[in-house]
Order: sequence, then structure tokens, then C-alpha cells
Amino acid sequence: MRLDCGYTKYIVLISLMVLAGIAVTGCSYGHGKHDSCPVVRGTGDLGVVIERASGNVKIVETTRGREITRVEGLGDLSHASVVYSRDQRFAFVFGRDGGLTKIDMLAGRIAKRVIQAGNSIGGAISQDGTLIAVSNYTPGGVNVFSSDSLELIAEIPAAYGNKNSSKVVGLVEAPGKRFIFSLYDAGEIWIADMNKPANPVVTKYKNVGKLPYDALITSDGRYYIAGLFGEDGMAMLDLWRPEQGVKRILNNYGRGEIKMPVYKMPHLEGWAIADNYAFVPGIGRNDVLVLDKQTWKQVDRIPVHGQPVFVMARPDGRQVWVNFAHPNNDTVQVIDVPTRKIIKTLKPGKAVLHMEFTPRGERVWISVRDDDRLDIFDTETFARISSLDADKPSGIFFTSRANHIGL
Amino acid sequence: MKMARKRARLSVTIIVLIGFSSTIAKAGELPAERQSALLHLLKHDCGSCHGMTLKGGLGPSLLPEDLAGKPAVALERIVSDGVPGTPMPPWKTLLSPAEVSWLVNQLLQGVTDAP
Repeated sequence: MRLDCGYTKYIVLISLMVLAGIAVTGCSYGHGKHDSCPVVRGTGDLGVVIERASGNVKIVETTRGREITRVEGLGDLSHASVVYSRDQRFAFVFGRDGGLTKIDMLAGRIAKRVIQAGNSIGGAISQDGTLIAVSNYTPGGVNVFSSDSLELIAEIPAAYGNKNSSKVVGLVEAPGKRFIFSLYDAGEIWIADMNKPANPVVTKYKNVGKLPYDALITSDGRYYIAGLFGEDGMAMLDLWRPEQGVKRILNNYGRGEIKMPVYKMPHLEGWAIADNYAFVPGIGRNDVLVLDKQTWKQVDRIPVHGQPVFVMARPDGRQVWVNFAHPNNDTVQVIDVPTRKIIKTLKPGKAVLHMEFTPRGERVWISVRDDDRLDIFDTETFARISSLDADKPSGIFFTSRANHIGL
Repeated sequence: MKMARKRARLSVTIIVLIGFSSTIAKAGELPAERQSALLHLLKHDCGSCHGMTLKGGLGPSLLPEDLAGKPAVALERIVSDGVPGTPMPPWKTLLSPAEVSWLVNQLLQGVTDAP
């Protein structure tokens, strides 16, 4: 009898604790306006879709291919990109207008927002997840923030020669708590060591080539490669051998040929390394280039439908998906990696801007800007599984990015 | 048979001529549909470098205050021919001179409502 009493007491106590817990957390784990709360869930299958024209983002779930909620009021989101906290709960959205917005994916709301510059282009999160770096056009440089509070911790102005500011592009994170970026106007690559966050130690590589327009880092964090707009080739820095300096690769590609006009700059961020080969967009040409990852020499060129913008490997590296610049941006092509042949040409609709694979690659989400739609395709059958409405969608970013080196 | 073919050819010619003259008539004022398509192009495709609000990005600002004092002819040439040594491409392969001129005029006036 006494025993029973004891249990009852515990049950009452636990019930009270649960109720109190609900009262404290409120609806913060509920999703969407119509869901009842609280829903306790993980974030590993969530993502953010940018609605570029309206300044909103959608929070989506990849398991069921659905929208969970929409977060509004993020300013100018043209060319916006996103990185994730390592617990995959918070998304950091970099807007064109210099806005840096931290979104709570579970609560479906803005946790914090700052306007940190006049005109920005992208960002990265540090190896340990504590720092957010943003690269800016105006004023040119990199600002570093606490990922927790979004308080400014350090400013790295991109001064060069006797000029006080260069636009900064191609900002990535690298092992060793470093950020690496390129100076578009200056033609330089800088490494900022953030081990003392308030006092970054910057190493500068000068004369790397004309007009670096974007850059990438390989998924092992070893090679940083900047695409050059002003001349042929790419500038490569081996971060395991930084003392060797920046080397030029792909120097002979297209030499002597007349380039076609480029109506949209290619992106290197999503570039593909598959089967020991790197697949990169040929700038000003309707080609995907294939480089040997050991020698960084071009071994093949694959003629494609238009000028590539994103060249992205499915997570297993078996396929490479390519979208194209205006006016060929209604098309997506799929390259089979072992044969280097195009095995599928899809026409999702007007203005395909971005593609994102689910974490293990069985599906790909494609944003079709001018049709105001997101399409979800099966990557084996190429069948369109479903579509979601979206207002001028551009970038799609899934939380699985949280644990990728470089982003 | 021959006669019928001739008549058909004649009517095709007439239709083409009517079409042509109406294009000439509209050179100054592009059809509303095309205007809307051009504004869309300006916001989203030019905007990929110049910013969706045209206040600049990798490319310079295209806001009226920043273009003030630059002759329309010079701006039209930049849009048509591009700027060698920079990412600005020549648009003449995709846009007619009348369309370029209309776009430049829009920029100088300030674009208020791009779709």
C-alpha cells in the first residue's frame, strides 16, 4: 500500500513536470500555423528554400517532401545562401542587402537578425561552429560574428595596394578554424586564422590571377580553388602545403578560342568531385570539364546544353547534375560519371536556378524560379515525384550541409 | 492550282508586310507583354550581378542617381556590346536595339515595379 502511494506520488510529480515543460516551451516545437503543439522532432531532414523576390524562406522537410512553414521578413534575398549550426537547429541566411539572419528551424521563426554591411554575397561557419563569417562587396571585406549572439567579433577589410576595398568572393571555411576567401578586384587569396577570434591572423597570396569570381574547397578541406574570370585557368592553393603558394591549373583550357558571352556567372560552390575526377563548369563555353584530381590536369570535356552554372555530384558521386545560364536555363542534364555521358536531359521549366540532393541522394530538389515551383525528382528513375509551390524560389539548402567541411 | 498557290503566296506576303509595319510602328513603344518580360529580365537576370534591386553587386549600381550624367547612347552601347575584360556580356544577341534603348531609358528613369 505504501509502495502504491509512492508510485502515485512519482506519477503526479512527473505529470506536473511534463505540463510545466509544455508551459515553458509553449508552441516553440510546433510547426506551421495549423499544427497543434508541441511536436518534438529532429532537424536532420529539414531545409531552407529561398524565395528571392519576396524576402521569405520556406522551411521544408525532405522525408515527406513538404513545406513545414514560411519565415518572412529577411530583406533582399537575391543571391542568398545559407549555412547551418552544427546541431542543425539554426540556419544562418546571408542576404544581398547585407542582412545576416539566424533562423530557428524548430520554432519556425527569426531568432536574430543584423544588417552587417551594405551589400554582401555569402558566408561560412567555422569548424567549431562558433563563428559566422560574411563576405561583403560594400564595403569590401569579411565580417566575423558570434554564431550564438550575432555580435560582431572581427572585421577584416579587403584593402589592397593603395585601394581600401576589394569585393570579396568565394568565402569558405577550412580545417584549423580558418576562413579562406578571394579578392575579386585585387586578384588575391587570403587565409584568416581565427584561433584568436578577435585578432585574426591573415596570410595573403597576391597576383593569383585576374578577377577571381568564386571559389570552392574540396570536401576534405585540402584544396581551395578560385575560378578566374579575367583570364584562362583557375588558381589553386593546397592547404596541406600552403608554403608552396598558389598554383595555376587548367591553364591551357580554351586558349586561343573566342569565349561566348556569359549571361550568368557559374557557381563553384557545388562543384563535383566524383570517382577521383573533378567536374567543373567551363566558363563561357557549353562544356563541363573533367580534371584528374591527382594531377589537376584536364582529361576530358563533356559538351552540354548550355553554359553550366551549377555542376553538382550526387552524394554517392555516381551522377553529376548540371543546370545552365540564361537563355538555356529551362534545362537540367545528368552526366553518368563512369562513362562521362549525358544520360538524361530534363526540362523542369523556366529558369532553373538551383539543385539540392537529399542527404544520401535518392531525390533532388530543383527550384524553377519563373514557374514559382519546386520540383522533386527521383535520381534513379528521373521521374518527377512531386512539386511544391514557391514564390520565385532560388537556393535550396538542406541541414545535412551542417557537417560538410567548407560550408 | 497554280493560281491558288500564287494567291496564297500573295496573302502570306501581305500578312508579313502588315506584321512588319506594325513592328516599325511599335519600335518606340514595345508591346506591353515584351516590356513586362524585359523588366523581369532586368530584375532577375541583370539582377544576378547588379542586384535584384539594381543597387549593385559584382557589377555596379544601376540606380538612376548612380547613372546620372551618363549619356543614354553610351549606356546603350555598354548593354549591347558588353564591357571587354569584365563579366558584362554583350546583350545584342538577345535584345534588339529598340529593346536596349527602352531598358536604358527605364534605368535612367528608375524602375519602380519590376514583375
